[in-house]
Amino acid sequence: MPEYTLNVNNKDYKIDVDAQMPLLWAIRDFVGLKGTKFGCGIAQCGACTVHLEGTPIRSCSFPVAAAAGKKITTIEGISENIDHAVQKAWIEMQVPQCGYCQSGQIMSAVALLKNKPHPTDADIDAAMQGNLCRCGTYQRIRSAIHRAAELV
Amino acid sequence: MEQVLSKINRRHFLKVSGITGAGFIIGLSLKGKNVVKAGEIAPYGLTPFVMIEKDGTITIFNPKPEMGQGTFQSIPSLIAEELEVPLTGVIIRQTGGEKIFGGGQSAGGSSSVRGSYFELRKVGASAKEMLVQAAANQWKVPVEECYADDAKVFHKPSGKSIGYGDLAEAASKLDVPKDPKLKDPKDFKLLGKNTPRPDIPLKSSGRAVFGIDVEVPGMVYASVAHSPVFGAKLVSYDDAAAKKVKGVIGVEKCQRKFGPYTYDAIAVIGENYWAALQGRKALTIKWDNQGNDTFNSKDYTQYLHDLSKQEGAIDKEEGDFDKAYSEAPVKVDAFYETPVVSHSPIEPMNCVASWTDGDKLEIWASTQVPGGIMGEFTKKYNIPEENLTIHTMFSGGAFGRRLYTDFVGEAVQLSKAIGKPVKVLWTREDDTEQGPFRPMTFSALKAGLSADGKALAFQHKVISPTIRYSKNYDKTKTDGTMTEGISEQKYEFPNMKNLYVNADFHVPVAAWRAVTSTTLAFAHESFIDEMAVKANKDPMEFRLGLLTKDSDTKTVLQKLKEVSNWDKPLPAGWGRGVAQYEFFAGLAGYVIEVSKKGNGVNIEKAYAVIDLGTVVNPDMTKAQVEGAAVMALTAAIKSGITFENGQTVQKNFNTNQLVRINEMPKVEVHILANGGPRIKGVGEPGLPPFAPALCNAIYAATGKRIRKLPFDIHNV
Ligand code: FES
Ligand code: FES
Repeated sequence: MPEYTLNVNNKDYKIDVDAQMPLLWAIRDFVGLKGTKFGCGIAQCGACTVHLEGTPIRSCSFPVAAAAGKKITTIEGISENIDHAVQKAWIEMQVPQCGYCQSGQIMSAVALLKNKPHPTDADIDAAMQGNLCRCGTYQRIRSAIHRAAELV
Repeated sequence: MEQVLSKINRRHFLKVSGITGAGFIIGLSLKGKNVVKAGEIAPYGLTPFVMIEKDGTITIFNPKPEMGQGTFQSIPSLIAEELEVPLTGVIIRQTGGEKIFGGGQSAGGSSSVRGSYFELRKVGASAKEMLVQAAANQWKVPVEECYADDAKVFHKPSGKSIGYGDLAEAASKLDVPKDPKLKDPKDFKLLGKNTPRPDIPLKSSGRAVFGIDVEVPGMVYASVAHSPVFGAKLVSYDDAAAKKVKGVIGVEKCQRKFGPYTYDAIAVIGENYWAALQGRKALTIKWDNQGNDTFNSKDYTQYLHDLSKQEGAIDKEEGDFDKAYSEAPVKVDAFYETPVVSHSPIEPMNCVASWTDGDKLEIWASTQVPGGIMGEFTKKYNIPEENLTIHTMFSGGAFGRRLYTDFVGEAVQLSKAIGKPVKVLWTREDDTEQGPFRPMTFSALKAGLSADGKALAFQHKVISPTIRYSKNYDKTKTDGTMTEGISEQKYEFPNMKNLYVNADFHVPVAAWRAVTSTTLAFAHESFIDEMAVKANKDPMEFRLGLLTKDSDTKTVLQKLKEVSNWDKPLPAGWGRGVAQYEFFAGLAGYVIEVSKKGNGVNIEKAYAVIDLGTVVNPDMTKAQVEGAAVMALTAAIKSGITFENGQTVQKNFNTNQLVRINEMPKVEVHILANGGPRIKGVGEPGLPPFAPALCNAIYAATGKRIRKLPFDIHNV
């Protein structure tokens, strides 16, 4: 099996895996970071969202070979102390319920705010539509993104 | 706060259990509701809820699994409030089905807080009184001069203080107060307040550990193939290609047990999950569908329609419905249909099981029922309880799905077969295809009105399969689970006859968030609207007119009327609708406003009122209702589950769609908490009245009456 170097959260990991293995499983089962979640495996739910060179991607549908050598950021990489503006807003608005989708939600929100520091509701709809939340925390996600825009 | 989800360590527990005088444990007596301490009776004669160790460590045991509904905060806060400890300063341990924690180790039916409110407060209050007494004894001062705060006891006159840890041993030797004084609600610091949930930072940083995240040394992974057709039997399989997949280490047969069904399954075991999944895809399996592959939704719908012609079993009868209906000058009849829907928590079903020494089993699972797992698997494998350790992990959503243990059983069998810890992880396709599902209910409704619009006779007949898998099930009787709430609404009808007709169904079905009220409320409350229209009355006034006596339902409707400005005219093209539903879990109602948009409607706003009696956490309650509204909207306007060729048409979220953020309506939640002795549920009541309020609003805006879910909101 080919060997790949994955740069996750500014750290290099050498892993030996099938080229077609989705980045999601490489991150979870080989790098050992479990914050990125599996929900559907077909780029429909967003639970597996990570950043590749700053852009949100669905890691369940992204072969590990294509991510090798690029900068990957996962939920664990956005802050040491749970104090990224988006996380602060998430806590202030008490967004998560079961919490399972929230790593993906936060990664999508972080990317959105980087591109649009003051997103409109329409911007939020567009950027967050790929992230399902079965617990239905959408209303709070929206308020928390607006709140995070103030905190940044 | 620390997320500790492991089973309590027995030796450690015994060491501090007061017998050795090393600490202080207090809880509830096993059978009764009395507060007792460890050491007072046999060590396992109590259900411990609080453990205070000499070093000041305070542990609160939480028997209610956390699946998003907030029990991780709400249950411990009942104790912490009375004990005078901050939630941030304690360890919360989810219990693992151990006998000492009693029979209530499950979450469902919105019952977690309802069932524990006074008992757990008493545990906290007793512990506090004993700690305060211990301090007074030590200082040789009158107990009245001492008070507890922030895990310490203070002496008011001198200002000196001492931590709970230093008092633990002395407190453990005192008698448990017979009648501990509970705090006056006006002094509450946690209860009734928007106390932040301690799990939220963990869940905002990827640090919360769900079942799917568990890894144990030597663990292997399994992906399990089931027949897509319900009721198929395994004929043969060829695993040659699967075994060639790199990382695949074996192929094993196992069984998925659900209710009365045992389904054949084949697991591919891999060194990593991806390998197991690739191997599973390489299996060639021959199934005997046993004729079940012709099953489809269209025929089944026809079957339910045919069944509706049967009289049915009486659910509740008052007065003489038949006579009143036949003589009524104005009649209203309608037939309502609802779909099968999936639970679809975003965390797919998974479980880690590990057998060691032949007869010791350890299970890690996202589950609603650690107590049920303990009972089922100790019995099945004939092992004593101390040989089974269950780790109740955070659940990535549950909604009723995790009341069932089919996927746990698979992991347990596979670990036994291969002698290694095994993580079973279902794919989303497995989850969508295999069920169990919320069944559909169909409703035939009839009403008789007087010429001036008075309700004279009312009938709601339910036609459905049942979620009750019991050997003694009697098809000739009504089934309270499937007629949930229809005979408990407070509307006063002089003549009423509600009926039930049971339908056969070979597809596995199950409780779903708010159970059958989610479908029946749609029929019931839409039909009340139809009656109002026939009677030429405003739907709100018509309902209030059916409620001459005081009731919580009436209060909820009056509150809805007020908060939604019901009497204020809406812009042209808008309409508003109201609905409420009371059932075992509680009571809530909505007023929803919609506006016409093309051929469909846009939801402008939803006003919700939930009636609680007592509220533990208002903000969390609002979150639960907001979430319930989203789940109800998905069930109303998305495809749900349909069947063709004996299997589900929908396989993943691309076809089994859920509401997304762009479709989220604005939901404004109001809580009625007028004190009162009745404590009602939070997690479920926000669901049932949403769809009928929406459909009633659509009628008001467009004149179109929706009698069948799901419907297309863009084309009504
Ligand atoms: S798991 Fe990747 S989008 Fe669902
Ligand atoms: S918080 Fe549970 S799925 Fe989003």
